[in-house]
Amino acid sequence: MIFQLLLLASLLFSLAVLAILLLNVLTRAWPVFQTRGIDFLTSPLSSDPAQAGISQGLLGTIVLAVLVPIFAFPFGIATAVYLEEYAPNNRLTRFIQINIRNLAGVPSIVYGLLGLAIFVAFFDSIGLGGTRDGRHLLAAAVTLAVLVLPIVIITSAEALRAVPGTIREAGYGVGASRWEVTRKLVLPAAVPGILTGTVLALARALGETAPLLLVGGIVGGFSTPEGQSAVDTLLGNYTALPLTVFQWAKQPQDEFRELAAAAIVVLLAVTLFANAVAILLRNRFERNW
Amino acid sequence: MTQTAPAPPTEAPPVRVAVAQDTEALPARDATAVEPVISFKNVHFYYGPFRAVKDVSIDIREQQITALIGPSGCGKSTLLRTINRMNDLIPGIRVEGEVLYHGENLYGKDVDPVEVRRRIGMVFQKANPFPKSIYDNIAFGPRIVGYKGNMDELVESSLRRAAIWDEVKDKLKQSGLALSGGQQQRLCIARAIATEPDVILMDEPCSALDPRSTLQIEELMAELKKNYTIVIVTHNMQQAARASDRTVFMTMAEDRAGFVVEQADTLEIFTNPQNQLTEDYVSGRFG
Repeated sequence: MIFQLLLLASLLFSLAVLAILLLNVLTRAWPVFQTRGIDFLTSPLSSDPAQAGISQGLLGTIVLAVLVPIFAFPFGIATAVYLEEYAPNNRLTRFIQINIRNLAGVPSIVYGLLGLAIFVAFFDSIGLGGTRDGRHLLAAAVTLAVLVLPIVIITSAEALRAVPGTIREAGYGVGASRWEVTRKLVLPAAVPGILTGTVLALARALGETAPLLLVGGIVGGFSTPEGQSAVDTLLGNYTALPLTVFQWAKQPQDEFRELAAAAIVVLLAVTLFANAVAILLRNRFERNW
Repeated sequence: MTQTAPAPPTEAPPVRVAVAQDTEALPARDATAVEPVISFKNVHFYYGPFRAVKDVSIDIREQQITALIGPSGCGKSTLLRTINRMNDLIPGIRVEGEVLYHGENLYGKDVDPVEVRRRIGMVFQKANPFPKSIYDNIAFGPRIVGYKGNMDELVESSLRRAAIWDEVKDKLKQSGLALSGGQQQRLCIARAIATEPDVILMDEPCSALDPRSTLQIEELMAELKKNYTIVIVTHNMQQAARASDRTVFMTMAEDRAGFVVEQADTLEIFTNPQNQLTEDYVSGRFG
């Protein structure tokens, strides 16, 4: 009985911490939405708190939310499929699996250094340096993709492993090849778990600040010219919501702190939206036997 | 051993819909041939260095039910799974000797195990329908081989032949997992026959079922043997005595390798066994 109470108390404590954080942020952010409304979302950075907005940060975060999955998920899921369904169970495979787990724990700033040293230099060298010598959204997206790749691999592998062996056996029994069994039986059954993993990965990627600092995310203000093309967005100056929060939280004026809270709310909303998309996809696949 | 079974089947052999391109030409089925469908010739089976089955030479005859009986761990399931090369999925296995299917060695150099499994179907101990609709469960196999005919008809005829059509005809789009245990197993039988095999292997198909479902499956098997050759592994001696035409009795030797003690018509094995070990087993002195 006492054990049950202790467990319940732990749960309530965790929820309480989350609730307090959320309430804190929401109460601080509310005045901003009340007075500025949509204007907050459409205004660029400014040194005047009454005019500053998150349009540039929001754009950067949305672009990352689109590009990181494109880069990370195919590689990550394919790697998981190979490790679980095709790789022989020998020392090399186990070594690789241990190292993938290690990579998941590497501090994100190390990935930032990696991004700077390799991806920024790479894009610059092949003529895709843009106006920033490679320190642009494209390089940031690739860097973040590499950062979350271990998470995608590990969660996808767990999802594949959870598919019962009897399903595979039945598939082989009616004369399916290994690829047919994997593609038509195992993967569809593992989709819910894989999608959950991708949501985790994306949430992590969208909240990262340190790698972006190293790969050229701008913390001070910058101007975005009207009618900027897609290429300029990808290869030019950029920032993202976490960096905007960072910048505003550092300012001495209280008004900026409120703006920071409002930016946090928007960031949470973007993450929740990505979650919702993944859950919708998951439900669609679960019904589709 | 002379065959004491009744005259050849009175029904005409069914029209077999071609569902597969042969990767190698297999000899045509001749209804009057005395050549057994499957023939083991001095087969030894190894899991790595351990020999699980030694020197097996048995015949499986056409349109009969052959039961493999014997105590636990004597290699019956291993032997069954060598017929459709399911053991290939386990790393480190080795097969010596020949397993002939219509005269061709299934372990020959150019034989594709995937093709083997289309012609030799399998039903497992615990029913394992795919997490798909009943329709898609049956259609899965034919779709894999690129079946171009009327899928609705194939699904219906497979479910009819497995004696489950009436129970599921109104819920073909529902999940196969929503059926009862006995129904799921009949669904698995329907799935196995959808690819038009001529041999069906059954690995203790009734061990997870209640007596009523077991009886249904046994009646189904008696009906199926008119069109298919069936090999069944069973722990249940009474089932073997009731349901099979021929019986192969295996046991484990001192080196823990399984071997065939005796193979004969079921009636002979149970009433007049030639080997003392067989007599001891069927009379329940060890199991």
